[in-house]
Amino acid sequence: MASFWEYANPLKFMRTTDWLLPIVAVAAVAVTSIGLIWGFFFTPDDFRQGATVKIVFLHVPAAMMAINAWVMMLVASLVWLIRRHHVSALAAKAAAPVGLVMTLIGLITGAVWGQPMWGTWWAWDPRLTSFLILFLFYLGYIALWAAIDDPDTGADLTAVLCLVGSVFAVLSRYAAIFWNQGLHQGASLSVAPGTRMDWAYKAPLYVSMTGFGLIFLALVLAGTRTEIRARRMKALVMRERMA
Amino acid sequence: MLRVHNLACARGGLPLLEGVSFALAPGQALVLRGPNGCGKTTLLRCVAGLQPALAGQIAAPPDSIAYAAHADGIKSTLTVAENLEFWAAIYGTAGIAKALERMNLKALSTRAAQNLSAGQKRRLGLARLMVTGRPVWVLDEPTVSLDHASVALFGDVVRAHLAGGGMALMATHIDLGLPEAEILDLAPFKAQMPQPGSGAFDEAFL
Amino acid sequence: MIALLTRDLRLALRAGGGFGLGLAFFLILAVLVPLGVGPEPATLAVIAPGILWVGALLACLLSLDRIFALDYEDGSLDLLATAPVPLEAVVSIKALAHWLTTGLPLVLISPVMGLLLFLPGEAYLWLILSLLLGTPALSVIGTFGAALTVGLKRGGLLLSLLVLPLYIPTLVFGAEVVARGAQGLSTATPLALLAGLTLGAVALLPFASALVLRINLR
Repeated sequence: MASFWEYANPLKFMRTTDWLLPIVAVAAVAVTSIGLIWGFFFTPDDFRQGATVKIVFLHVPAAMMAINAWVMMLVASLVWLIRRHHVSALAAKAAAPVGLVMTLIGLITGAVWGQPMWGTWWAWDPRLTSFLILFLFYLGYIALWAAIDDPDTGADLTAVLCLVGSVFAVLSRYAAIFWNQGLHQGASLSVAPGTRMDWAYKAPLYVSMTGFGLIFLALVLAGTRTEIRARRMKALVMRERMA
Repeated sequence: MLRVHNLACARGGLPLLEGVSFALAPGQALVLRGPNGCGKTTLLRCVAGLQPALAGQIAAPPDSIAYAAHADGIKSTLTVAENLEFWAAIYGTAGIAKALERMNLKALSTRAAQNLSAGQKRRLGLARLMVTGRPVWVLDEPTVSLDHASVALFGDVVRAHLAGGGMALMATHIDLGLPEAEILDLAPFKAQMPQPGSGAFDEAFL
Repeated sequence: MIALLTRDLRLALRAGGGFGLGLAFFLILAVLVPLGVGPEPATLAVIAPGILWVGALLACLLSLDRIFALDYEDGSLDLLATAPVPLEAVVSIKALAHWLTTGLPLVLISPVMGLLLFLPGEAYLWLILSLLLGTPALSVIGTFGAALTVGLKRGGLLLSLLVLPLYIPTLVFGAEVVARGAQGLSTATPLALLAGLTLGAVALLPFASALVLRINLR
């Protein structure tokens, strides 16, 4: 059995993703389409929330991937810091914009959902607040990558930021929970799929979540390939200059 | 004793030098020569421990190197004496009087560094070396903006340092009046294009 | 170590050191908020804990880029990195100097700002205590941000973007202490959380700061 670390070699990674990426991309589009179409058109309306509840099939998978993307960046950053595999650092770089967009989708669909349900676009509910904070962390991470010329220095600095940021993101999450339960009356609004959710909703939701996971994977693979090509260009320019 | 063996170093991801080897025994000085951009500063930063080498070894006794860069690290609102006292305290040495005396800064010691001329600032930067109490001086263009008299003064200081068992590694184009100093031309050590399959710095991406 | 601290304090206090700018900013904020919100004592009293904490946080932020930028420009940072002091200690001392020149003065004048914003009488003790416990964390976290951006040209704006999200837990717990104090509620929990946060940051972050500083210097 080939070692997982073989894929840390950019060449091996490129060769594998040459055939893997199209498969993942097609699967992502197919599974997401099935999940969303099933969810939007073939589920019953909720007896209280009506058809608005169906935005859950966009909202929950996006919110889930927003967090998972950060966790993946954290793992990739650790791998870069410990084992110095370039693909790992580049994958973390490629995941950040995807995570940012997922967070944004989660926030926007949440607002669209919240307007008819709670009568407001926004509430300083701990969960909403945490996502807004996560959005800020993504922005900072991406901005730091963009600000640094040398790719290895950028990888090192953003990896450390990701580590430290993760600790503070978790702290912020607990601070937000604490803060809202503190002075203010709890908003008692929950955007989570209720535990009593019917299988008629659950099944398409799980399909949709899988689809979003595949979309994330496809986008990260594509993004990493772009970053590897950019590094290859840089390496070639360097060689040109040496010759 | 400072021993550099088969050193390779890079700037901005681009290999500049490779296979550089030399050794300095107490009392010896080595002057690095080479055209602009050949990697003198990079080599000195490697030796000073500020940046990692691509390959090769640098062997020196612990806490033996004092580094002086292009920038002198002088705080303009502090006086000359305060600047020196700070570095003396950091290096745990006592007495800045000798350094002030030797670099002809005594009359200026209470003056704020921002009121010094470029050459006087440089002399202050070099006086800092004397208060480090370290045997190996790693100097990057130490004579920039010094006048003839000051260059001679500095040459005397280096000679006294060598006579006391010190060592000096310098990148400079000016004759310091140190005939005993060896000269190492870095031009032949220019890094060559890495061969395919050699596991070079950028191999993974090609 | 002490030499570095006295040097940094001296530099901050001499001409061009920027000492007092943060304080002036804090004062301006306490003047601007009533002008924007209106002079109603009842309204101001409610928002005073939050405004004071946000003000302290922004005032801290103002002087962060000076922690390393000046030393980087004139070459002292290279020389310090090759000096016989561990970089972790250098970073900690720099954070301490930043706190002594920015955080501590903020703590000391905060009661005056509280007066301007009609902070309820019971809250003054908690305001001072929470700032005293929280501002060291602001300095240490800010030092990490400054170390991250030290080599960058025009890193100031980026520094704010990186550091402000990291300030969120400190702000939440700190402002909560004052808000609870103003209402006569128990402040023990947020105070303990704030203290824990500060101690954790002071103990661990200098290692991260020194690490990124080394990366930036190479």
